Amino acid sequence: MANVISDETIDYVGILAKLELNDEEKEQAKKDMASMLDYIDKLGELDTTGVEPMSHVFAVNNVFREDVVTNGDGSKDTLANAPEEKNNMLGVPKTFD
Amino acid sequence: MDILDLTAVELSQKIKAKEITVVEATKAVLDQIDKKEESYNCYVTVDKEGALERAAKVQEKIDNGELSGPLAGVPVAIKDNMCTKGMLTTCSSKILSNFIPTFSSQAVINLEEAGAVIIGKTNMDEFAMGSTSETSYYGPTKNPWNTEHVPGGSSGGSAAAVAAKECYYALGSDTGGSIRQPAGYCGVVGLKPTYSTVSRYGLIAYGSSLDQIGPLCKDVTDCATILDVIASHDEKDSTSVERKDGKFTDALVNDVAGLKIGIPKDYFGEGLDSEVKEAVLAAAKVLEEKGAIVEEFDLSLVDYAIPAYYTIASAEASSNLERFDGIKYGYRTEEYEGLHNMYKKTRSEGFGPEVKRRIMLGSFVLSSGYYDAYYLKALKVKALIKKAFDDAFAKYDVILGPVAPTTAPKIGESLSDPIKMYLGDVYTISANLAGLPGICLPCGIDSKGLPIGLQLLGDCFKENNIIRAAYTYEQARGKITNKGLEA
Repeated sequence: MANVISDETIDYVGILAKLELNDEEKEQAKKDMASMLDYIDKLGELDTTGVEPMSHVFAVNNVFREDVVTNGDGSKDTLANAPEEKNNMLGVPKTFD
Repeated sequence: MDILDLTAVELSQKIKAKEITVVEATKAVLDQIDKKEESYNCYVTVDKEGALERAAKVQEKIDNGELSGPLAGVPVAIKDNMCTKGMLTTCSSKILSNFIPTFSSQAVINLEEAGAVIIGKTNMDEFAMGSTSETSYYGPTKNPWNTEHVPGGSSGGSAAAVAAKECYYALGSDTGGSIRQPAGYCGVVGLKPTYSTVSRYGLIAYGSSLDQIGPLCKDVTDCATILDVIASHDEKDSTSVERKDGKFTDALVNDVAGLKIGIPKDYFGEGLDSEVKEAVLAAAKVLEEKGAIVEEFDLSLVDYAIPAYYTIASAEASSNLERFDGIKYGYRTEEYEGLHNMYKKTRSEGFGPEVKRRIMLGSFVLSSGYYDAYYLKALKVKALIKKAFDDAFAKYDVILGPVAPTTAPKIGESLSDPIKMYLGDVYTISANLAGLPGICLPCGIDSKGLPIGLQLLGDCFKENNIIRAAYTYEQARGKITNKGLEA
């Protein structure tokens, strides 16, 4: 059972992944993804009826704490990492007109 | 004796005995980096000045008795996916090429509190995605045993830095074998602790349910000593567990009498190099002669671990790597039209091919219509794999096998065929799916002059069994030396 990835699928995945691929990269991505999915299809050989999906190996409980600042004001150093800074805030491209 | 030949614990003892100063040890490491870095490329960042300054301060604290632990004054290298306050942290990616963290990972803080001197940040596969350290934006790391070969990955820089004596020990991270496999390829000792043992706070996430920080070092004693320091319960990592099972160094016992060791037959089939097989079985024999009860068994489900792993890891990666968007930190594309175009161009220019491949696959398996068939299915298979290990550990204390099917491949041979590269992870990735601890240590040298890695897996929270077996084997084995390094 060979998987075939259509142009539409790869474009859709590009939107989900927020990646822009040129034509050459797209063709490669289609091939790579198809062969990975062929490989992953092997999991279908196993009967998993009634098996609970395991997201964590141990029982994980939510950890709550009081919302108290303990690390002081790091805004200056944090902003120093931003590609763009404006009036002590992160600078972003215009998001709506 | 060259001070670079000392283990971390030996060095710290000599510092305390005032035979060596911290500055001398730090300088020795920096000199070695000057000599060898050009050939090996173990580091992305070397902080010479910072390390020397820190060395002087640590010396003062040792002299006035503030620092007395077994790692005080020892120079260490940190994999470049762990945040280090004020020190460039790139994940070996272009997208983080200018990122200076405002905080340090908890494992790094623990080391600093124990008196470690951080030398720099080690090279790796971009975002820890790879098995060869060739996907780094900063060029591949070379194997110090033979520079035509890869050091393994993704913690290849850390393993190579230890092997090349460019640090006394290093931290790595292991999502599918990324500590153990490079340790095997570089002839050093590497341990992946039980999931949740070392805080992941400040570790740049790849597959959050699989990631675990651990040591790469020269021997099993160092390994347990480092683990004692970095393992801690941390409120900042909600999966962190408070362990109350004593010190890992208590397991440094030269005795395996009565220890039950299982050898999975499925690990010794097709694809395993005959020299690797021979060396690993010889190591099992050594442990048997030391009193361990060794027998073969069927582990089952081995062939399903890789497809389950790549589904889960890619899914988690696609989600975790959404944060790299050119807004808060890191690289942003030069020219763009509007917000979404900026996101897309930034990410497309900032990530390398292997990272994009996994983000795409992850986005696909999580997408509506495919989620149940791929992602959920993989989580169910993970449950089956965990059960197979639970059954195995009901009978055995330790599972023994090779760490990889071959010794280190040549540079340039792996990346062209991703699935073939993924198949090389067959012996390591199950431990991540099942949360198990695993240690890798050298058990021989093949005819190409490359080290062979022995892997010992234990049940969750049973590092003591694998440390004990590894220590006993190491005592019997004697030293394995890289003669090529001195040439």
